[in-house]
Amino acid sequence: MPEWEPVIGLEIHVQLKTRTKMFCRCENTFGGEPNTRTCPVCLAHPGALPVPNERAIEWTIKLGLALGCTIAERAVFHRKNYFYPDNPKGYQISQYDEPLCIDGAMLVPGPDGDAEVGIIRAHLEEDAAKTIHVGGATGRIVGAAHSNVDFNRGGTPLVEIVTQPDIRSAEEAKRFLQLLRQTIVELGISDAEMEKGTLRADANVSVRERGETGFRTRTELKNMNSFNHIARGIDAEIRRQIEVWESGGEVVQQTLDYEVKSDTVTARRRKEEADDYRYFPEPDLVPLEPSRGLVERLREELPELPGERIRSLGNEIGFDSALELVATGNEATARGLVEHGLDWPKAASVAMNELAGREPLRENFRALVAIIQQRDRITREAYHASFASSVTTAINSDEVLAQTVVADTAELEPLVDRILEASPAQVASYRGGKQGVLGFFVGQVMKETQGKADPKIVNELLRQKLDA
Amino acid sequence: MAITRDDVLHVAKLAELDLTEDEIDRLQEQLSAILEAVGKVSELDLADVPPTAHPLSSVNVLGADEPHPSLPLDDVFANAPAREHDLFRVPPSA
Repeated sequence: MPEWEPVIGLEIHVQLKTRTKMFCRCENTFGGEPNTRTCPVCLAHPGALPVPNERAIEWTIKLGLALGCTIAERAVFHRKNYFYPDNPKGYQISQYDEPLCIDGAMLVPGPDGDAEVGIIRAHLEEDAAKTIHVGGATGRIVGAAHSNVDFNRGGTPLVEIVTQPDIRSAEEAKRFLQLLRQTIVELGISDAEMEKGTLRADANVSVRERGETGFRTRTELKNMNSFNHIARGIDAEIRRQIEVWESGGEVVQQTLDYEVKSDTVTARRRKEEADDYRYFPEPDLVPLEPSRGLVERLREELPELPGERIRSLGNEIGFDSALELVATGNEATARGLVEHGLDWPKAASVAMNELAGREPLRENFRALVAIIQQRDRITREAYHASFASSVTTAINSDEVLAQTVVADTAELEPLVDRILEASPAQVASYRGGKQGVLGFFVGQVMKETQGKADPKIVNELLRQKLDA
Repeated sequence: MAITRDDVLHVAKLAELDLTEDEIDRLQEQLSAILEAVGKVSELDLADVPPTAHPLSSVNVLGADEPHPSLPLDDVFANAPAREHDLFRVPPSA
């Protein structure tokens, strides 16, 4: 059997969170009553003229710079013609052969070092309206009796990013998207939430035998709305294609949907004409020529990007945890704990779990580290209470550490005996093989001691007596 | 450079139009005439002239990202052939 190598390229759409739409000044917000954010431009009334949103253009340039792209000296909007009710003009204003940003690359840190993913282009376009299919059995296009259209989303700014086919595994595709998302979020230009559809990704997938230089036929995978689904969808498609080639068949170019439930891909039922968008320059808009001064100002405004931070954190706690720590906004807290002597894995875990997003006062870091390092000596309640109060008030580690657990066997033994005596049914059931009943006894001891007993010692004592 | 019957049918399909035989003939003639008129430009030597999409020489005509009021719903639907609640009702898509 040959060894197969996946070849993956991604196409990502990001909805910018500008205040207004791309070519008119209707508000650009999520939800709300249908069609209340529409006007002659986004409803395509004859004679209405589009005016590009300055902020959307600046943000796209910023994103391009963050992705290492060259910013075009001249960029042009084109009409992409297609006939569908989600776009009442009969065309989408997009960019074609003169996009705003070209030729970038992003370094994606991973367990085997960095993977470089080339960026072919990043361009601006307008989003389509939302169509709701009514009367079909599945709410899909096929079989629907009619459709209803809400134009609130119609004409909102959308950045399309297209990568080179540089990605070599589903896992790598997922990591690329996670890092891209974090970059976008830190630039402050989009919420980039897959569940809300403000970040969407399609994957072009093919496979080839290792060592082969050309590319084989690719398919386009759509309809994946989380990072995990994207990884699973790509994996399913890789498996399918390998099977096709190995059974002597041929992969045909087509658009596929990933079905989560069955973990399989299915061809789109709607027959699509071979793409014929008849692009031509949008005569209602003049070209963009971003001044070099503007580009330099935007470059200076770029924040420190997450890729570098995730790479160095990854060395300490592994790439996945590093990404999670950064993506959940808990990085600063973990850093504060590390600065006061905690090791990285422990600090990351406390920041994400015990604190779970709560940010302690800076003055509390020293006390918290002392408490974390002596966790076994103090009661659960005292331990957790210290995190809760660390957010609002100065905590005193000596007071917390004084709430020690009762670890003295001589003190706990009579209590354990009393509890066992009072619960003959549970004792019988434990001795009959139901090990889980142990938890009941531990709970009783904790209740009697108001949570002060050392659970380790209690467990030992109970086992000793019950297994005797 | 003349438009063929297949060109007409292809464009009609992209626009989801059903055309009668008469219409196909007529559009083939009219579209050919338009193409011929525009084709006049090709008779000039334009090797050194960049393609022009616009009669104006201005660039960077942009609008500030400040919301303006949208249309009231009654105006939004004033031209709609069919309305269902506050949505545009359209035929099922092919």
